[in-house]
Amino acid sequence: MNPTGLALGVALVLGVFAAVLGAATRKHLRARAVGAVTALCGAAGTIAGISAMCGTRYYAAFPALLPLSGVTITVDSTSGLFLAVTGAVAFVSAVYGVGYARADANGRLPQAVFPLFVITMMLVVSAGNVGALLVCWELMALCSLVLVLTEHHRRPEVARAGRWYAVMTHLGFVAILAGLLVFTAAADDDTFPALRVAAHHLSPTTASVVFVATLLGFGSKAGVVPLHVWLPRAHPEAPSHVSALMSAAMVNLGVYGIVRVGFDLLGGGQRWWWLLTLALGGISAVYGILHAAMSTDLKRLLGYSTTENMGLVLIGLGAAGLVADDPVVAGLALAAALLHMVNHAAFKTVLFLAAGSVQRGAGSRDLDALGGLSGPMPFTTAAFGLGALAASALPPGTAFVSEWLLLQALIHARPSAGAAAVVMMPIAVAAVALTAGLAVATFVKAFGVGFLGRPRSAGAAAARESPASMTAALGIAVAVCAVLAVLPTILLSQLGSLASGLLRTGSPAAMDGIVVRLVGVSGALSPLMLAVVSVGAALGLVAVVRLVLTRQARRAARLWDCGAGPLSARMEYTATSFAEPLQRVFDDVVQPETDVDVTHARESAYLVEAIEFRNRVLDRIERWLYTPLLRAVSVWAAAARRLATGSVHRYLGYGFYTLCGLLILLAVTR
Amino acid sequence: MLRLWRRIWRIGRAAEPAPAGPVGDRPAVAAGWRGSVQVRHVDAGSCNGCEIEIAAAFGPVYDAERYGARLVASPRHADALLVTGPVTRNMAEPLRRTHDAVPSPRVVVAVGDCARDCGVFASAYGVVGPVRDVIPVDLEVAGCPPRPEAITEALRKLTGR
Amino acid sequence: MSALGIVGGVVQPLAVVAGSPVLVGMMRQVRARLEGRAGPGIAQPWRDLRKLFGKEPIAPRGTGVVFRAAPYALVATTLVVSFVAPLATVDSPLDPVADLFAVVALLTAGTVALALAGLDTGTAFGGMGASREMTIVALVEPTLLVAVFALSVPVGSTNLAAIVSSTLRDPARAISPASLLAAVALVIVIVAETGRLPVDNPSTHLELTMVHEAMVLEYAGPDLALVELASAMRLGVFLALLANLFVPWGIATTAGPFAVLGGVLALAVKVVVLGLALAVGEVFLAKLRLFRVPELLAGSFLLALLAVAASFFLA
Repeated sequence: MNPTGLALGVALVLGVFAAVLGAATRKHLRARAVGAVTALCGAAGTIAGISAMCGTRYYAAFPALLPLSGVTITVDSTSGLFLAVTGAVAFVSAVYGVGYARADANGRLPQAVFPLFVITMMLVVSAGNVGALLVCWELMALCSLVLVLTEHHRRPEVARAGRWYAVMTHLGFVAILAGLLVFTAAADDDTFPALRVAAHHLSPTTASVVFVATLLGFGSKAGVVPLHVWLPRAHPEAPSHVSALMSAAMVNLGVYGIVRVGFDLLGGGQRWWWLLTLALGGISAVYGILHAAMSTDLKRLLGYSTTENMGLVLIGLGAAGLVADDPVVAGLALAAALLHMVNHAAFKTVLFLAAGSVQRGAGSRDLDALGGLSGPMPFTTAAFGLGALAASALPPGTAFVSEWLLLQALIHARPSAGAAAVVMMPIAVAAVALTAGLAVATFVKAFGVGFLGRPRSAGAAAARESPASMTAALGIAVAVCAVLAVLPTILLSQLGSLASGLLRTGSPAAMDGIVVRLVGVSGALSPLMLAVVSVGAALGLVAVVRLVLTRQARRAARLWDCGAGPLSARMEYTATSFAEPLQRVFDDVVQPETDVDVTHARESAYLVEAIEFRNRVLDRIERWLYTPLLRAVSVWAAAARRLATGSVHRYLGYGFYTLCGLLILLAVTR
Repeated sequence: MLRLWRRIWRIGRAAEPAPAGPVGDRPAVAAGWRGSVQVRHVDAGSCNGCEIEIAAAFGPVYDAERYGARLVASPRHADALLVTGPVTRNMAEPLRRTHDAVPSPRVVVAVGDCARDCGVFASAYGVVGPVRDVIPVDLEVAGCPPRPEAITEALRKLTGR
Repeated sequence: MSALGIVGGVVQPLAVVAGSPVLVGMMRQVRARLEGRAGPGIAQPWRDLRKLFGKEPIAPRGTGVVFRAAPYALVATTLVVSFVAPLATVDSPLDPVADLFAVVALLTAGTVALALAGLDTGTAFGGMGASREMTIVALVEPTLLVAVFALSVPVGSTNLAAIVSSTLRDPARAISPASLLAAVALVIVIVAETGRLPVDNPSTHLELTMVHEAMVLEYAGPDLALVELASAMRLGVFLALLANLFVPWGIATTAGPFAVLGGVLALAVKVVVLGLALAVGEVFLAKLRLFRVPELLAGSFLLALLAVAASFFLA
């Protein structure tokens, strides 16, 4: 057993041990025990992933573990990347959970399932055959569903969100199941090497069916529009450390599935697949960020932002597949997509954990009721600020580098890549650009309205900082974010070789210490230099202004309130009013619902007693696509009820007739 | 657009030639400003006569901006307060707060007879008193309303141009 | 890191800091003359800045570190851009930072800092200004990125020096359809980004029509001086970038003293010509209603997209 396998084994054992601890220990010890052991499990998973990325592959087969197919464990460098990301997110979330879960999610069930969720995710990416992949995938979905439902007895929305999640995730599972079974039927057995061989003699139609089915299934897990509807419901309603795990680690597994099936097993395939992927990605990115810009619920905003970022990753994947005959650009696009996924995992962990601290400290996650948190919650505010900087793709933030790489890939996609590429690239660029602009507005809103200014509610005014374990976890996540922001080169060469391995091409990005220098095409960027120069300029400026230009002390004065009475929090801009101009601009797309009710005084219709204003931005896709679908389903269900009368004789009759029918069918066809 | 262009061409310069420099001493605090003063105007209860004259002083004909004076939108940006009218009860506290909001060094100019000694509103029930009873005044401009030349001259004393 | 780059890294920030307020002064003077005024003279912004630095700084109660830091961030980002971008010299002291995307993102980061400061005050005007500014930025940044993209595709690089020297080598590129479309789009977004008419009125005193001014209503003394200096510098840098992306001639390509002096002079001439054109144009324009601004920006986005399409199809 090599180091990769050893670390993976340790991670699995620790995960099971943590689950047992969660089920067996006393209440006051539970959070600490589960948090600590799960953190170790995550760390072991990260080590296994890094070791696999460095080239130490691991292979093991357990034929007796699962009937029919057995279990094969294969950890190659692709698995390694996802394993490392999952492990790191799990580590941080578990440390955070020590303080967080003690108050909010300390039941036996959630505490026992949390580590199981972590190890099932690790197993999904380590699975080496279809059977194991499907079983782990389903276990992971069930674990996450249990965790989403943690607070269902306190809030009815949680149960609704859980229903949406359960249905969507199982529909996705059905799609994956169908796709992979069709694929397996053409192969000798269901291990990945056999599938790779089978892909060569698969008919184009079958290959397309496999790809589209798995794209839909894995895409629904990644929260891709129009299969995203569960995401902005389930992610906010789960406890925050679970939200972080779902939003930063679980959605990545959707990307893993697409990469594994599309690039690795099917080996690239046809151009229109990737055109579809790119289109889905573009729509998801713009639609997701547009809804994030309108959201006033902090965690819902972050959930939509996940859809946006997964859309950007899919744009990268689509571009990579589309220009596959230009190996340099394809490798660049794939590396950019993977880097963006890693970056997203890092900053989304920070943002969700900070949101959890806010919810705990200020008692609300409604941006319209927050504000003024920079005083009472300095660590959380700083962490969220840095996370927001990273998410808005501005330098020196984390996502800036990966979006820069993505744009570089799109720029260098030459017209030789075909007419489809020529048409799609400008549209993809427009989508990325629009996303970047809206992301800036979104995160200025989230940070500026949610954390700065004056508190807008009593809860926000009485906010308090979270305990040390939570701030420590935030600190670790911020540190990882910062390292990824200024030194992406340490990861990029690995991602480059990973991408070239998947595409069977040369490495796209060379490591030059501090400069990201593209190979094969011109382009260089040094995030470290950028950060150093910016910070240096700011510090130099402070020195010049303070020492040379002005030496007077600051005078404290009251805020300029036009000389009238004191400003109250009700005069502040809220998240709703902040987003109102954008909402008007994108009126036709988001179709907000606005009601104004004016109540007149009884004495005179000219006197107004109260004005009630309500503004809701509903998910339009949900309304147009899912409402008719649900209605059709309930019509069918009503019809089906007539078949199920409850009579045992009737059911026996159904069995008899079906058997007869089947026999006749076999007799006729054979 | 062409019509506007032709009109600009025909009218040319509307500003009158600058008169000789101001007479009388400048407020000492304004010495360091050397050709720049930002002005915040406060109407403490005026009949709007003085406002029309202030607007005229900053209009093209008198063009107080050529001496480095500029009207601004916030007392935080201002060096000088241009106060008009007798200070009414409702405006006494806001006037104090506005004065407090101006970063020092700062100057207060009382514009018009009302601001100096309440003018025709003296001893009215809603009036607290002249501006100097509420905040310290550095410079006064007489007249009811004062002519734009007088306002401009006071501003020139501040800018020193 | 060439000698020319180091010279540029020293000369350019100095030129931008010293020259931008004069540029603003010139633009105000031109407007004053066209309005029939005498005007305060082109050095007036410098007089204002000198006075503001001598005044007392104020810390409004309830504001925090974001409010304090924002003016510095605003000036620093602009300084970095003037340090690395090819304004007067082709080479950059830090070539891996002189990337068009990085420069655009840095300038946006400055705007974001100011918007956060506006929100940090917790006043109605601060929030209003921040909300409007971010709405405009959310529409401006895409156009900027797409226009940048259109300019980079023919060159095959987003490096500013590469784009500028490519135009120097191949002058026909400056009048290609993609380039012209991108130029028009860029002019519109630069007008929006620097808060000029018809998007924002830089000399307004009416709070309800403000965009940029509303965010800075709380700043006094040195902080205000930094904000004003930064907005002048941003105007200068944007105009200089615009000039050099399309008309780079005159820029210093060798490190000789005359070449560098020529580069600075050429930069000054180009920026002044653009600035004066902008000032003259402003006399003929009224401010657009806030909710008409997105239509203008959507138009420029479309132009930029056409530019990208042209650069792909005609390549």
